[in-house]
Amino acid sequence: MKIGKMVTDAAPASGGKSKLINEKGLFSQLTDRTSESRGKLLIYGSALLMIVAVTAITLFLSIQGLRAFVVDHLNFWTFITGTEWFPDRAENPSFGAFPFIFGSMAVTFLAALIATPIAIGTAIFMAEIAKKWGAKVMQPVIEILVGIPSVVYGLIGLSIVVPFMRQHFGGSGFNLITGAIVVGIMILPTVASIAADSIRAVPDSLRQASYAIGATKWQTIWRVVIPAAGSSLLTAIILGMSRAFGEALAVQMVIGNARNIPASILDPSATLTTIITLSMGHTTTGSVLNDALWSLGLILLLISYVFIVIIRFLGRRGEKR
Amino acid sequence: MKKKNLLAIGMVFVLSLTLILSGCGNGSSSSDSSSSSENSSSSSASLSGKITIGGSTALQPLAAQAAKEFMEKNPDVQIEVQGGGSGTGLSEAQAGNFDIGMSDVFAESKSNIDAKSLKDYQVAVVGMTAAVNPKAGVKNLSKEDLQKVFTGKVKNWKEVGGKDQKITLVNRPDGSGTRATFDQFALDNKTPAEGITQDSTNTVKKIISETPGAVGYMALSYFTANDTSVTKLSIDGVEATDDNVASGEFPVWAYEHMYTKGEPSKLVKAFLDFMMSDAVQTKDVPAQGYLSVKNMKVQRDAEGKQTDK
Repeated sequence: MKIGKMVTDAAPASGGKSKLINEKGLFSQLTDRTSESRGKLLIYGSALLMIVAVTAITLFLSIQGLRAFVVDHLNFWTFITGTEWFPDRAENPSFGAFPFIFGSMAVTFLAALIATPIAIGTAIFMAEIAKKWGAKVMQPVIEILVGIPSVVYGLIGLSIVVPFMRQHFGGSGFNLITGAIVVGIMILPTVASIAADSIRAVPDSLRQASYAIGATKWQTIWRVVIPAAGSSLLTAIILGMSRAFGEALAVQMVIGNARNIPASILDPSATLTTIITLSMGHTTTGSVLNDALWSLGLILLLISYVFIVIIRFLGRRGEKR
Repeated sequence: MKKKNLLAIGMVFVLSLTLILSGCGNGSSSSDSSSSSENSSSSSASLSGKITIGGSTALQPLAAQAAKEFMEKNPDVQIEVQGGGSGTGLSEAQAGNFDIGMSDVFAESKSNIDAKSLKDYQVAVVGMTAAVNPKAGVKNLSKEDLQKVFTGKVKNWKEVGGKDQKITLVNRPDGSGTRATFDQFALDNKTPAEGITQDSTNTVKKIISETPGAVGYMALSYFTANDTSVTKLSIDGVEATDDNVASGEFPVWAYEHMYTKGEPSKLVKAFLDFMMSDAVQTKDVPAQGYLSVKNMKVQRDAEGKQTDK
């Protein structure tokens, strides 16, 4: 009400002033609080800055990432398919990043595999079964979980998951599956809260129709609500995966960072992000290893673009239906 | 109306913040460095100005301690000590962004650093040795056996006189000064086999102490007298002590370097002199677990050749 009144009050005033502003010139256009162009400038400025930032990051990363191939003459194909990463070896250093690409993918998919069933289950509970309690208690709890910094997840992984894995599965406890568990727990709240939103977005008429033909609550959820929310649920999972893919700190603390392809999920492994964070500080600007690490960063960026493209594609498919 | 105003101010704030942030993104400390040399040129007797130090995280605590004492003596001087890693220290010192770049390795060992343009100050010596989980049951290894362990030729501790326990290697990342030193002087430049890789010495120590059969390496200062969580390994029967490092009998040690680009300014020189003074070398250096360069009976050049002093 108050806002409505304000708008009606303000409308004639600004209409009257706008003539004056035109006469006053550029400077007062920017300082006058009712000025239309000042708001425009701010909004357009923000949008422009955003676009510039994205373009600049992409360009910068491309230039830095391509140095390894253009300046240092590494072979692009052997870089992404090679399995030996020995940049510091005195005789014939080799740069094969495939183990890290593989490690990143493996952690991401395993984490999604662990997180998805639990996250979707939580989402159904929040949005369908205990609606009131879900909104009042579960939602804030999940929001808190989203806000916990990744280093805390890493520490918990290091002091609880790693010893657990060591005792029950042998070895050192630092391995691929430990990394996937930690990241899986980390992305769980993200996936759950987006999934809950998409379930809530399913129109009630569908549920009522389902009940009307005699379906039970479970049948309604399983056969009507989940298929109807389908593509947005997938979006939630892929958003979680892209977060898992980019995670560095928590993974680095528990995955073991060995640079060969793991023979099983109980072997230590490394990801693109962990190798970058481990080695970057030790390299000098412009050295081959430094350039190669930038190339790993470029690969990361390209793969996360792929994730975004998939999300957009799913979103569009969802709209069409 | 007030709401709108607040919103506008907020947006301007966010915009300016983004601008500032994007401006800083280029060089990690480009904004700090410009002020350093200009202020120090004032000809009055008391020192004033700003020094930016950065690089090796191994040397960081010692530099920070010395900087604190130096600032207490010279209240007009401001010293900022950052980490970043040895590579960053060398690159930024060469680029002129750090007044002093800290490094665990000789500048000569990094191929794209022009070592001649940098002036080397060796401020401390750090000894290191292999750390073994006590359950492995070894206290001493010949250098040959140590190399077999780290290159993966030996997979079980019983093959080198220990208990029946699988060996788990804990390495350092590529380019790390600790790794470079250990590879060069303990493994004679042999490439270690793959294992767990961690950067921070505290994490490495935690892993070794908790994992049966784990072996890694770390600076001597991380082995404390009453600490039985990890075993300090002797090599060829020579115990890894400060005295044995100083006499040159124990081979695995390295200098901690401070590099300046060309001749340092008056202020930076004063700080480096302070680093080499008895106040730091006899008190802070041992307190932080390093050896004073002055106690060393041997010296080493960039190629690792050891000569008597």
